[in-house]
Amino acid sequence: MGRYVLRRLLQLVPVFIGTTFLIYWLVWSLPGDPFAGKCGDRPCPDAYIAVMRERFHLDEPLVVQYGRYLWNLLQGDFGETFRGLEVGELISNAYPNTIRLAVVALLIEAVIGLAAGVLTGLRGRGFLDNLTLVSTLFLISLPVFVTGFALQIFFGFELGWIKTTVAKSPAPWEQLIAPGFVLGSLSMAYVTRLTRTSIAENKHADFVRTAVAKGLPQRRVVGVHLLRNSAIPVVTFLGTDLGALMGGAIVTEGIFDIKGIGNLVFDGIIGKDGLIVTGVVTLLVLVYLLSNLLVDLLYAVLDPRIRYD
Amino acid sequence: MTDPSTAASASSIEAHTHVLAAEHAGTETAGAPGKPDKPRSLASDAWDDLRRRPLFLIAGSLIALVLLMALFPFLFTQTDPGYADLARSRQGPSAQAWFGYDNQGYDIYARTIHGARASIVVGICATTLTVLIGGTLGLLAGYYGGWLDGLMSRVADVFFGLPFVLGAIIILSSFGSTGTTSVAQIMFLVVMSIAVLSWPVCMRIMRSAAITAKQQDYVKAARALGASSSRIILRHMLPNAVAPVLVYATIALGAFIGAEATLSFLGLGLRAPVVSWGVMIADSRDIIRVAPHTLLFPAAFLTATVLAFVMLGDAVREALDPKTR
Amino acid sequence: MSTVDETGAGPIPSAPLLEVDDLFVEFHTRDGVARVLNGVSYRVAAGETLAVLGESGSGKSVTAQTVMGILDTPPGVITGGAVRFHGEDLLTAPDRRRRAVRGSGIAMIFQDALSALNPVFTVGFQIEEQLRVRRGMSRKDARKRAVELLELVKIPNARGRVRQYPHEFSGGMRQRAMIAMSLALDPELLIADEPTTALDVTVQAQIMDLLKEIQVERHMGLILITHDLGVVAEVADRIAVMYAGRIVEQADARSVYRRPGHPYTAALLDSLPRLDQKGTELNTIKGLPPSLLRIPDGCPFHPRCARAQDVCRTEVPPQHRPEPGRLSACHFAEELIADA
Repeated sequence: MGRYVLRRLLQLVPVFIGTTFLIYWLVWSLPGDPFAGKCGDRPCPDAYIAVMRERFHLDEPLVVQYGRYLWNLLQGDFGETFRGLEVGELISNAYPNTIRLAVVALLIEAVIGLAAGVLTGLRGRGFLDNLTLVSTLFLISLPVFVTGFALQIFFGFELGWIKTTVAKSPAPWEQLIAPGFVLGSLSMAYVTRLTRTSIAENKHADFVRTAVAKGLPQRRVVGVHLLRNSAIPVVTFLGTDLGALMGGAIVTEGIFDIKGIGNLVFDGIIGKDGLIVTGVVTLLVLVYLLSNLLVDLLYAVLDPRIRYD
Repeated sequence: MTDPSTAASASSIEAHTHVLAAEHAGTETAGAPGKPDKPRSLASDAWDDLRRRPLFLIAGSLIALVLLMALFPFLFTQTDPGYADLARSRQGPSAQAWFGYDNQGYDIYARTIHGARASIVVGICATTLTVLIGGTLGLLAGYYGGWLDGLMSRVADVFFGLPFVLGAIIILSSFGSTGTTSVAQIMFLVVMSIAVLSWPVCMRIMRSAAITAKQQDYVKAARALGASSSRIILRHMLPNAVAPVLVYATIALGAFIGAEATLSFLGLGLRAPVVSWGVMIADSRDIIRVAPHTLLFPAAFLTATVLAFVMLGDAVREALDPKTR
Repeated sequence: MSTVDETGAGPIPSAPLLEVDDLFVEFHTRDGVARVLNGVSYRVAAGETLAVLGESGSGKSVTAQTVMGILDTPPGVITGGAVRFHGEDLLTAPDRRRRAVRGSGIAMIFQDALSALNPVFTVGFQIEEQLRVRRGMSRKDARKRAVELLELVKIPNARGRVRQYPHEFSGGMRQRAMIAMSLALDPELLIADEPTTALDVTVQAQIMDLLKEIQVERHMGLILITHDLGVVAEVADRIAVMYAGRIVEQADARSVYRRPGHPYTAALLDSLPRLDQKGTELNTIKGLPPSLLRIPDGCPFHPRCARAQDVCRTEVPPQHRPEPGRLSACHFAEELIADA
């Protein structure tokens, strides 16, 4: 197991470098004037541009720039924005909000998705099953921004049940319920369907029949033998989803004005502040890669048949 | 559906377990939609099965309708989608304009009908490109294995690691800011950025299907008899992979249409003078409180179209899966 | 009891433990109604081994599943009959009572131990589970008992093995573990559904010996479901032969082998390879078992029967009693036995 983890970690290094370099290249080396609009309506003075080019090492080859960036990053230095703000500080202010949002979304999708999936999986074909099937299809098809606006208008402006925007930082948990639902709705549909399929498949498995033949109470047959086996694909999906939720929070954060990294990176893109963009994306990629590794390890814990040697 | 990579991650889990099963068990005929012995009868069986599914019939008619809209918008409306009159700005639905007017005084019904074309074109182009790139690489990686597979899989990981919306925003804002951009250029950029971020999923599906096929005894036999690589790939692996890729492509098509709308909504995808559902939704963004109908109609058409493709993909998947029959 | 006369299967060593009485089961499928069991009756006494023989699809496993109460419903529907355990009809008993009988009254072992054992729990856990849930044993006592049970079925290093998962066992060891699990609650009757089919020939013999040994030791009733005549000869006291959801012959093992009372049994025996018939071609039964969706009129075996007469095509043969202690559902049972 230890060797496997080490090998996987080593494999992560080139992927990490590849992804971050890709982003770095996209952000920094494409044609276009990085200083356009930085000095109001007038073009920036040459002296200012010269200072800035010097400060951001824009005259060096891209690989050197990237190497320098990575080196600083390893020492915990995310660099400064054009305005001289510490990117690291901006990220550390924004990150907790996004994590909170993603956690709320994950909880919502896990609880509702699992419950709906187990219920329909056990019941089999019927009205409830069809209802769930149609509503999951609908949730999958609904663009997140539509869900977001719909909830915002209906529950926020019309009924006044929720705050339409969460400008506060750190964001209060209770205000994140509606945004969390919006963010988690797509995955909720997947969790439901995954659970339903998994339960329906295992329901007639031989080992479930054995458990019944052992005279165990129905509760225990379902709760221990059926659920434990059916949970494996669902738990692994939820694991990978945490990273995906953080990366996908940009639209939700925009709608509800949550001061998370989605908002931060969007501002960075609009304001052409490359270091913010590369910093945030680097962090997201890292979270994503590590959560994938964690899920693979979790797989081995949940299913003893899988061994990594 | 805003994030096609999430759609993919659900199916990629399946692909992952298939590969695991194939790699561990060796003889496992995992993910066997393309049961080797009789591909033709399986396809016709699947077709017979499909025709009886209400889900398929509903999805099929919806898609036919949308395609008709995209091809011949004038069958549905005579109103010019490009004619604006500020005097009627934000008016609600009426007998003259079924869906009302938007902020600029455009007729929303006419624009919704005409908007189908751009959304469908982006969806189809992005899907084709994704399947071509991902499919080819996946087939090669699965067939040759070894270091080539390792390299390709790592490259796929690099692209897969980028969050979809974020990646697309960065690509579009980087390339999109380079001077003047025509309609065709923007469309090309949107298609490219979707495909560049989505091909790894298709590659994984194709790769696992190819590995499964490679481990079938009859393919081993064909190799032992000295069949050429191209023959094995074309005759044995491709048919085995068609079913899962077909299902993926159908669902992805819907997802990509949604993705286009999301990018337009963020102000980075298609933009005026192009008429697309995403553009209309983006236009409605700042006035939804006072004129919710400007969001409602294009969003409804968008959702219905995405739904149709997702349902179609679902129906095809179930029809091709011997387990559910 | 009135059923004694109906089955009339001869000298019963002691009062019947299990009585299956005129059982009817249908499967409702897309293609129609499959009549899987059509009036199956048999009985097993304590300490007795009944072998249920038949091709796949003859209904031998469905009978066992119905007895055990693990038949999948739907598609299965029990349309008639009774399953009496110590005289109590289990089919009409409340769920709670049925559950109490499972494991402690009647236990079952399955053909494929790999899929019948839960892959994500240790073998020890799966044995201890019943002891803890049903007997309220402590974790520690249950573990001790699990080790004892594994030792009983002759699994070496039982103390270490309890911590292992089913996939870490070999096929034979897994079946032994399955047997240990079924014995945990000291059942009075054990149903073994093709316990050796999935195993190597050498291992098969070991498992059969083990089952026989345990049965004798505990004076347990044993229903052995199999299609392997070789297995039956060594261990069975009585044999019930099933065909198309019916029992076509029932008798003590010795007489069945000497003088089969039904053409189907005779054909089965004929298809066994025999040492004294070197050089001749192996006999097989021509044709296929009937589709349960459309069971032929008259005797269901008549399309494959060499002796079939007109009466076989029109009339379902009743249960004959060609001699004391035997039953045969053939119009010509008496002649068959006399000829042999």
